[in-house]
Amino acid sequence: MEELLTVAEIQEAAGRLRRRTLEMIWHAQAGHPGGSFSVAEILACMYFRILRVEPSKPDWPDRDRFILSKGHAAPIYYVTLAERGYFPPETLATYDQLNSILQGHPDMHTPGVDMSSGSLGQGLSPGIGIALGARLRKKDFHVYVLLGDGEIQEGQVWEAAMAASAFGLDNLTAIVDWNRIQLTDFLEKAMPLGPVAEKWRAFGWEVRECDGHEVISILAGIEELQRVKGQPGVLLAHTIKGKGVSFMEDNPAWHAKPPNEQEYLQAKAELAVRR
Amino acid sequence: MSEPIAMREAFGQTLVALGKRLPDLVVLDADLAPATRAVLFAQAFPERFFQVGIAEQNMIGIAAGLSTLGFIPFTSTFACFAKRNLDQIRIVVAQPRNNVKITGHYSGLLAGKTGKTHLAVQDMAIMRSMPNMTVIAPADGVEVEKAMEALVAVHGPAYLRLARDPSPVIFDTSYRFEIGRALRLREGTDLTLISTGIQTSRTLQAADMLQAQGISALLLHVPTLKPLDADAIIAAAEQTGLVVTAEEHSILGGLGGAIAEVLCEHRPTPLVRVGVHDVYAESAPNDELLEKYGVTARHVAEAARSHLAKWRR
Repeated sequence: MEELLTVAEIQEAAGRLRRRTLEMIWHAQAGHPGGSFSVAEILACMYFRILRVEPSKPDWPDRDRFILSKGHAAPIYYVTLAERGYFPPETLATYDQLNSILQGHPDMHTPGVDMSSGSLGQGLSPGIGIALGARLRKKDFHVYVLLGDGEIQEGQVWEAAMAASAFGLDNLTAIVDWNRIQLTDFLEKAMPLGPVAEKWRAFGWEVRECDGHEVISILAGIEELQRVKGQPGVLLAHTIKGKGVSFMEDNPAWHAKPPNEQEYLQAKAELAVRR
Repeated sequence: MSEPIAMREAFGQTLVALGKRLPDLVVLDADLAPATRAVLFAQAFPERFFQVGIAEQNMIGIAAGLSTLGFIPFTSTFACFAKRNLDQIRIVVAQPRNNVKITGHYSGLLAGKTGKTHLAVQDMAIMRSMPNMTVIAPADGVEVEKAMEALVAVHGPAYLRLARDPSPVIFDTSYRFEIGRALRLREGTDLTLISTGIQTSRTLQAADMLQAQGISALLLHVPTLKPLDADAIIAAAEQTGLVVTAEEHSILGGLGGAIAEVLCEHRPTPLVRVGVHDVYAESAPNDELLEKYGVTARHVAEAARSHLAKWRR
């Protein structure tokens, strides 16, 4: 077992993930910067602290599972997997190119990807299947599913929310990247979610909220949820879409837009000084 | 022929038999287990049976997740609902080639007087269009059992199309089913009848009717719509000329469509498709439905006879 990173190191790692993600999106001239930057700290916490994984053995049966249900955050997901050692960093240069293992949205044939995703609303259900399977196999690994906030407008998420609590799956944790923006606009204008925490509670989930850009807050939330027995937990992570780049932050225009040269240079400069 | 049996009974019994042999076999149901007879598995192996409620999208996702741990999940619902989660099937089953066996019960026109909402006559066309998907429509209870045994022996997504009501038993238990293999149930010289699923027992009757009229029909049963046994289809067409396809399904994109694709490209042959003609059907007694929508044995025989006369002229 390698040494765990400190909170400060994880926080630093998140900054690095953002910088490399910017490079990747810039070179590919494709990808979703807004929803990638909003989950940098969440992914850093997952891969550098929480997940029990062995990147040299991506199919290790006892590993914790992670499903990126908001598959459009693929750029930062790939950067994270490369950083964690699932594949060489040079592979990132092939993102979105013909025959690359790094497709526009995650595919489970890519090392480290536990479930294909990209059509929104689907990730929690396979998470339930894996959690049920772990119970049948008497395995103690944990299943994490990262959802977008816009994504939980999909009805399937609530089918899954109902079932996970009915099955009493305390080996399943959902995280919602609550950045308040979807493709077209702010959720409040496009389709408000209403009382999100209350909805999850009503479906039988233990709910915690956290600052999704503060590593200490994310880790505390996950650890509290893991102590709950007999029901699944959801961490509502308050985040900022486009976090770290002034002109992308809280701006719906940056859902799926690669930067032009001037924007790239400015973003690069801003991310270099921010932690 | 022995007593007619319903495919769903064979399905439930085979699930139990396979469950005894395969500890990784699991079954998921979306609130239809008594009707689909998946309940037999639920009673035998309650810890490996998952009732997900009326939530087909979630059911497919859960099955996909289970499959990644080496389980062999069968999802079980009516054929009409087995495709309301088509995008889930595409994303988490077919694209990553997850080992999920999707069962569509009550397929075709005969769904117990439930009407057009519950009639699935596009399911084979839809499932066949999906890369990586195996599509099987057995003809009787024996073939259901043999097909399920074959499906669990290979890794990969599959759609199994079953009919609701008891139907004649065509095969004996020594029958060796092979995924992707069509088989000749009758030899003949004047024309070829090609059928799939429950329609094969009616097409056998049609062959008898034609025989009585002095017409010799080769009958090719195609239980696997995908991968299709193109060689067997081309060989039959070469042997007899005229081909008549018969299915309790739309003539668009199912068996008739698949055969047309093969013959047009490899062996252009006069072809007539018997099946449902691009309409939504309705609720009515079985015999009346088969009659109105043109898929009785007599319809198959008549299509064959009239077109044979036309092509011989």
